Amino acid sequence: MKKHTLGSALLASTFLSAGLASAQDVTLTIESWRNDDLLIWQDQIIPAFEAAHPGIKLQFTPSAPAEYNAVLNSKLDAGSAGDLITCRPFDASLALYEAGQLADLSDLDGMSNFSDVAKSGWSTDDGSATFCVPMASVIHGFIYNAEAFEELGIEEPKTVDEFFSVLNTIKEDGTYIPMAMGTNDQWEAATMGYNNIGPNYWKGEEGRLALISGEQKLTDEAWVAPYEQLARWADYLGDGFEAQTYPDSQNLFTLGRAAIYPAGSWEIAGFNTQADFEMGAFPPPVPNEGDECYISDHTDIALGMNAATENPEAAKTFLNWVGSPEFAEMYSNALPGFFSLSSHEISLEDPLAQEFVSWRSECNSTIRSTYQILSRGTPNLENDTWNASAQVIRGAESPADAGARLQEGLASWYEPQQ
Amino acid sequence: MAEQTGKKFNWHIVVFLAPAVLVYTAVMIFPLFNTLRLALYTETENIRQFVGLDNFRTLFGDPRWSESFWNALANNFWFFFIHMLVQNPIGILLAAILSHPRLRFAGFYRTAIFIPTILSFVIVGFAWKLILSPIWGIAPSLLDAVGLKSLFAPWLGREEYALTTLALISVWQFVGIPMMLIYAALLSIPEEMLEAGEIDGITGASAFWKIKLPLILPSIGIISILTFVGNFNAFDLIYAAQGALAGPDFATDILGTYLYRTFFGFQLQLGDPHMGSTIATAMFAIILIGVCIYLFGIQTRLRRYQF
Repeated sequence: MKKHTLGSALLASTFLSAGLASAQDVTLTIESWRNDDLLIWQDQIIPAFEAAHPGIKLQFTPSAPAEYNAVLNSKLDAGSAGDLITCRPFDASLALYEAGQLADLSDLDGMSNFSDVAKSGWSTDDGSATFCVPMASVIHGFIYNAEAFEELGIEEPKTVDEFFSVLNTIKEDGTYIPMAMGTNDQWEAATMGYNNIGPNYWKGEEGRLALISGEQKLTDEAWVAPYEQLARWADYLGDGFEAQTYPDSQNLFTLGRAAIYPAGSWEIAGFNTQADFEMGAFPPPVPNEGDECYISDHTDIALGMNAATENPEAAKTFLNWVGSPEFAEMYSNALPGFFSLSSHEISLEDPLAQEFVSWRSECNSTIRSTYQILSRGTPNLENDTWNASAQVIRGAESPADAGARLQEGLASWYEPQQ
Repeated sequence: MAEQTGKKFNWHIVVFLAPAVLVYTAVMIFPLFNTLRLALYTETENIRQFVGLDNFRTLFGDPRWSESFWNALANNFWFFFIHMLVQNPIGILLAAILSHPRLRFAGFYRTAIFIPTILSFVIVGFAWKLILSPIWGIAPSLLDAVGLKSLFAPWLGREEYALTTLALISVWQFVGIPMMLIYAALLSIPEEMLEAGEIDGITGASAFWKIKLPLILPSIGIISILTFVGNFNAFDLIYAAQGALAGPDFATDILGTYLYRTFFGFQLQLGDPHMGSTIATAMFAIILIGVCIYLFGIQTRLRRYQF
């Protein structure tokens, strides 16, 4: 009997305290695919926000990147999704907005801190409504083992010819695998391969927009040339690269076994903790000496509001804070390699991140060619580009054939290309 | 006492069946028919429209869809073929050896061979990916140790080997199931029958071929149909090892991964529940036809023996 009373007293107090807490605080749940960032959210971002805004509690609940879109869509349909939704750029989020699942945030105060280009990934095609607050972009380039470069007496290549002579030197020496990339997972070949070196050939935004308007075709020289360069990479990737996965490549580089890593800036944080050698970075080499350079500075991540949230006011308070300089500075420094898209001046501490961001002033920025509008139909151009890039590197398809196949697929549903 | 209860409606039958029927209807029957129904609709501008069999026309008529479908189906048959050719004969062989009365440590072997079956696909997929990895794997160094390094290839990354490699991994995982079923069937064969055979001069291997094998044929039939259904519903291993794009160049794409990509979408490709349901319906039809062929064509002709 005594035990029983004690038990129910405990039980009652649990319910009571839970009830009290919910009466005072609003808890916002954040959906995200960035499970790598869990600690940064828990240790830095959430405490900073909660300290400034008592009464609002945050919960960061990420899922695995590859499953995020499917999981999120199911949760939204079932009405069990969180209050705040991390937005993929372009069509995935646009579809959610059109289905009424993401709220219109055009009038949010914090939005004024972002340029139109920054907002392009999360606005309707005509730019009239914006539905996610831009958080960060990622820049493509090559990260290299600076100690290996010094040992072999080679320098950062500026042109494609220099790039291949550097690769030859590393290969002849034999101490290092020249370049760490595999084709097993396919996406690296497209993202860190094709869309990394491509903008130099199709002249960034100029080519990308011409492709969307139908003035250029994927069979044009500018779009096939990157495949021709990718086909030459095969000789410099490690043994068995066909079965090499993305984590394999990361480990090969951070263990110091490979000299060059075709990268996205998101790798910086991980590489800083894993690699115990000096690292450097160079932008994708240009085809000819003196050519203007172009980099892929891809709008990658934003934060939107679930239209069905029960706490729209609290969610908006948080989103305004995400648009503030305080958040931009904290996020960019906590996650070197994710560069804030806001117009505020931000000082970065990480040298490798500084190197990446410095290319913004030397080169022209563009975003990945397949992301806006062009991956709306079936067959999906982005998925086909993964496949084609991996095929070309493995030598299973010629660059010209790959271009022709992609063009045929795109033209089958995209009117301006017909 | 005088009244008979037999004519009254037996309510307790309904009461006892209700939980199972309700749960089964809610989680199996309703979703199944709803999926079949979904295949007859399409969505334009966020409005669902009835289109009859149009989705099937797209799936089998449009070369972009049909090529992927036939590729996935052909791969699926190859996957099944490897299982029938490797998994089931090895399972029978292992069972025959295990049921040998003079084998020592039979219990240990039985457990060891059965254990992979209870492992998760994800563990099996990642473990084998590591074993076969050209960079860190023990496969290249093991082959090197016996001087056969030249035989090593990045199997999972080559179009011509990837699917067979995955099928063999799956065989490794599931060989315990046919082994157990056949083992049980072999144990149920009465000693008297074998002794009678022995008196007639049938011993050793010929006792297996002439007495035991005919008696376990029904179990082999059941195993074949279980393998068929399991293989045509397979998805997990391919997804864990090669991802949803089933690389290289869709060489390992089977109906399950094709369905997943279409239904839930992948990366920039948005999910299409209607075309996904169409594929699911086609898969359902294939499995149904396969099971019917077995039930009416083979099962009824199998001779059964009563002991």
